[in-house]
Amino acid sequence: MRPKARIPFYRNPTIRGIFAQIVLLVIVLWGLITIFNNTVTNLRERGIQTGFEFLDQVAPFAVGFSPFIDYKLGESPYWLVFLIGIQNTIIVSVLGVIAATLLGFVIGVMRLSSNFLVSRFAALYIETFRNIPVLLQIMFWNFAVFLPLFPLPPDSIDIGTGIYLNNRGLYLPRPILGSGPGLWALVVAIILGIAAVILLARWARRRQYETGQRPPGTLYGLLIAAGLIGLVFLIFPATLTFELPELRRFNVTGGMPVPLPLFSLWFALSTYTTAFIAENVRGGIQSVSKGQTEAAQSLGLRRSTMLRLVIIPQALRVIIPPTINQYLNLTKNSSLAVAVAYEELVNLWAGIALNQTGQALVIIAMTIGVYEILSLSTSAILNWYNRRVQLVER
Amino acid sequence: MAQALVFDAKPTRPPPLQETGIWQWVRQRLFGSITNTIVTLLCFYILYLIIPPIVNWTILDATISGSNKAVCQANPHGACWTFIKVRLAQIMFGVYFGSHPDELWRPILAFAVIGCLLGWLLWPGAPRKPQVGLFTLIGFPICAYALIQGQWLGLPAAPTYEWGGFLLTFTLASVGIVAALPIGILLALGRRSSLPIVRGLSVIYIEFWRGAPLITILFMASVMMPLFFPSEIDFNKVLRAMIGIALFEAAYTAEAIRGGLQAVPRGQYEAADALGLSYWKKTILIVLPQALKISIPGIVNTFIALFKDTSLVAIIGLLDLLNMAQSASRSIEWKGYDFEAYLFAALIYWVCTYSMSRYSQHIERQLDTTNRS
Repeated sequence: MRPKARIPFYRNPTIRGIFAQIVLLVIVLWGLITIFNNTVTNLRERGIQTGFEFLDQVAPFAVGFSPFIDYKLGESPYWLVFLIGIQNTIIVSVLGVIAATLLGFVIGVMRLSSNFLVSRFAALYIETFRNIPVLLQIMFWNFAVFLPLFPLPPDSIDIGTGIYLNNRGLYLPRPILGSGPGLWALVVAIILGIAAVILLARWARRRQYETGQRPPGTLYGLLIAAGLIGLVFLIFPATLTFELPELRRFNVTGGMPVPLPLFSLWFALSTYTTAFIAENVRGGIQSVSKGQTEAAQSLGLRRSTMLRLVIIPQALRVIIPPTINQYLNLTKNSSLAVAVAYEELVNLWAGIALNQTGQALVIIAMTIGVYEILSLSTSAILNWYNRRVQLVER
Repeated sequence: MAQALVFDAKPTRPPPLQETGIWQWVRQRLFGSITNTIVTLLCFYILYLIIPPIVNWTILDATISGSNKAVCQANPHGACWTFIKVRLAQIMFGVYFGSHPDELWRPILAFAVIGCLLGWLLWPGAPRKPQVGLFTLIGFPICAYALIQGQWLGLPAAPTYEWGGFLLTFTLASVGIVAALPIGILLALGRRSSLPIVRGLSVIYIEFWRGAPLITILFMASVMMPLFFPSEIDFNKVLRAMIGIALFEAAYTAEAIRGGLQAVPRGQYEAADALGLSYWKKTILIVLPQALKISIPGIVNTFIALFKDTSLVAIIGLLDLLNMAQSASRSIEWKGYDFEAYLFAALIYWVCTYSMSRYSQHIERQLDTTNRS
């Protein structure tokens, strides 16, 4: 009788898998513990106390640009500097995302134009901006174009209605919200306006179901909202006033200054990201099959209706996920502000605050932590969106 | 009375309009409709406004003769290519070779050799590719280091910290590519593994490095890496940047390869299992060759990103192409010629990345046809 063939335990895939994982885990843990021990030893040798206590200390340096958070030199603690860094990162990212989306859609549609020159121009734009490092572009616009080309403060360019431009930055009127009954009236007007837009849009849809004719409900709603808000400003003119910047002999004072580094960074990030978004838009529109266009045409839809109801919804499903990734990339690229000294998270916190305190470990960990949270939440949103869109498909 | 149906010859219709040929192309693509015509005329007007000043500035009014600033100052309306000409060696190869013109043949020879090797490898149907590839990967870096550094060969020593410019950019990028690829393959396999701990560790690694901007990683490499190792071990700055870049790009390469792994049909895995192949045999002989072929465009795209990303080392003070161009334009002799410096650096970056992206598109088209047939 043949002995029963048994697989020896070292050939069993389950046992081998467990063994391999244990070995890997031990190696990784050993590596991490070694790094941890080395760090502790090195820090002790250099006499550095690591901890979060320094966050409550007063920061001994000035912060130039902080439009929403009040910073006082000699009073404000380090954690406020951290918040200002996050705030400034958000400012440049939001401005960049808006500009890049608008310009990206324009260039992406131009790339598909039937006009040869227009589509070549878009291709030239995309290939030029996409293939040059963004850091080089930031430095180029700041140091080689804006700084030498914009005039010195005394010769500021007056763009009109109180907007000045010189090589220190752009000076815009600062909006000031008044207080008292005007503010309340404004809030009520805005709420009523939104309600009017929603209700009239619903009414328009109902009319379309009943009669087949669609009245321009949203337009009526917007007109009513604009009228209400305009009325508030007529009755209470002090609700919204503007502090205009003033051109003095050597400088422009007052108003809402946009420092040149922010302007250059915004300009470079937007034009760079535009190239990538334009490619996403082109790919998305091309991904809608020709049969959809033909079907819409044979139903007798007008071109604008066809775009609004057939092409764009299907193209957006392809365009949105990579475009959100580009928004994340833009936010991460805003860390290159170090090159032009705009005070965002990496420059202000991982640069200036780190040099002042020497708390490399805590500061770098906090900085990376902010970006990790941002990127993880972005991918969570993307996964949610992809799941939703896939359900719609089948 | 019924009318007889008589064949009634109708006049022949005119032939259809010719739809090919240059005039037809011009009519369709430039003057197809009224809006199209207006747009075309507008484009021509914009070109008329833009092109002459650019041509004048870069070529017709530009200065390239002479060797000092006076020539350029005499001609302020044109580009000052004299500056680029004088500082070319420094921008391309760094401070040492900028100040030792007699030694310039060393980096030039190294670049010529690597150019030939890469051309050989990319040429379809060239003989002995495996051997040449192995030499490019292992033999060439040693020879090139010996040649450029020079001490082993009895040449005057060019210390590595004085390498710079395009030489440094190219070195950083190629070391990054060569190191990131194997790590990326392992991570991609790990992420697709059925073993939970392996998969978890790979996911944590990939998501961590993809979440942070490269500049914070480089800060970490230059500020924190000395803390992580015993104080006897001293990495120089370039090596620390290389490690940071390689670990960072490995995560992106892994994601590109994961796409390829997912595209390999399930039947291939099952067939390999049915043949009784072990995991590594299945992976190396069946899965990876197919997966890597599919993911070549993605991998090339991450390499393009890596090549552009190497410019970030300028921020931690390394003298790469960007930083070299910038510091050349900020030297006292050539102050004020930033525009030319950045333009020249941008041109070099553009030529490298654009050719890589064309190559990736070419590969993509090739793969596309093989899939269709």
